[in-house]
Amino acid sequence: MRIWIEKQKYLIDFTISSLARRKVKNVGLLCLYTLIVFLLASVMLFTQALRREAAASLAGAPDVIVQRMVAGRHDLIPPDYIGKLGGLRGVRKTEGRLWGYYYDPFLRANYTVMAPPSGGEDGVSTGQVAVGQEVARRIGLTRNAKIALTAYSGETVWFTVAKLLTRESELLTADLVLMSEEDFRSFFGYPAGQYTDIALTVTNPQEVHNLAGKIANRLPDSRVILREEILRTYESIFNWREGVVLMLLSGAVIAFAIFALEKASGLSSDEKREIGILKAIGWETGDVIKMKFWEGCLISLTAFLLGYTAAYLHVFRFAAALFEPVLKGWSTLYPDFELVPTLDGFELATLFFFTVFPYALATIVPIWRAAVTDPDSVMRGSL
Amino acid sequence: MTAVRLGSRLARRSHRALAFLTAIAGLFLLTFADAAWLRNCRAPGARAQAELAKRLGLTDLCLFTEARYTRHLSQADWHSAFQDHPGALEHFPSGSLVPPPAIPLHHANLDRKTKISD
Repeated sequence: MRIWIEKQKYLIDFTISSLARRKVKNVGLLCLYTLIVFLLASVMLFTQALRREAAASLAGAPDVIVQRMVAGRHDLIPPDYIGKLGGLRGVRKTEGRLWGYYYDPFLRANYTVMAPPSGGEDGVSTGQVAVGQEVARRIGLTRNAKIALTAYSGETVWFTVAKLLTRESELLTADLVLMSEEDFRSFFGYPAGQYTDIALTVTNPQEVHNLAGKIANRLPDSRVILREEILRTYESIFNWREGVVLMLLSGAVIAFAIFALEKASGLSSDEKREIGILKAIGWETGDVIKMKFWEGCLISLTAFLLGYTAAYLHVFRFAAALFEPVLKGWSTLYPDFELVPTLDGFELATLFFFTVFPYALATIVPIWRAAVTDPDSVMRGSL
Repeated sequence: MTAVRLGSRLARRSHRALAFLTAIAGLFLLTFADAAWLRNCRAPGARAQAELAKRLGLTDLCLFTEARYTRHLSQADWHSAFQDHPGALEHFPSGSLVPPPAIPLHHANLDRKTKISD
């Protein structure tokens, strides 16, 4: 065993010397390889964490949301709709929701304005608002500061910032402005008794599909959104996004694959001569292949470990800063959020398999062809 | 003495390479420990966020605030991210990140697909 280990060490010594003779090319390859692993791993970790975050955060979303449609557009819920739904068997709680958007022309940003359920711990008094962290940051608001918003009647209304929503909830509340129901109705000129939509809590979640059918029968002009649809929306968005980014990256991956394959399989005349000399001085074919195997392993393992570690730090310690411009698009408000790390062993194994193995194998096949050939013809370059 | 022995050991290229590989493998393993630690640290915040979402009845992540139908993806009108027709090019950059519905009518005919039990 000791002899075997010593032999491998000598092979590694020789491999590193051989790599050092073509330092620029090999360092370039290693950097490129690491960058590719970094990008792939960053996309994988980021989408995976966002997907889990969405599922965990939205698990408490209303079981069913009922919207009213007029000529294919979302419209206000008339006062009698809540009563009609409340009478359905299987509905535990019916609650009208008040929410909408406010465009701030100075900041050129859309806020989501909402009237929280009255009486709860998130309730705000008349004349007061609670604002999300990003809104507060952009306007420079602190607790008890005053904020002026232009109502839909054209009148300027002053609100006092009663509280700032927590930093931990920014992924959901960055652009949120909470105000009392009374303020909401007068600010937007909402007719009394009407709501934006209705949130239902069902007694038995297994019956939610049947209930949706009953709602659609009772209120034919309604659109029913189930919680599972909300969760599925986000699941599919992140799958799609991962796919889009990977598709964009595929150009870089293919370029790298061509470069690596050329480097690994198209042996240079120097390398061929080196193999010829090694064979001529007594190296066996197996030793030459082992040497190349070590070369592939050292480069691909180094690239994988460095690339993955850098991707982890990028996503979870530096808040995926490189992806922010992609996600932000034309949005003025963007949450400053920290993701909870979730490492999926299967995805990690897949990444390892598709980044380390192909290169390690690509280095062995051509060298086997050269190593089994007569040393003289290899050195003469007739291979 | 130990430093001299270590120095003489690291004089060999294979030892240096293996030491480097071990070091970066250690960093790689540390990411798992760090992930567990961060999970513990950020878990209360995540729980508070989920509770707030439940209390307020929030339905969407605040990732794309550029337009109302990208802000509330799950609440938007049918095909609203692709208003002209499903799969149409979107005006906003996030339109390239949000897929068109696979079957455009899938969403609408819930009443006709659902059996009413009683």
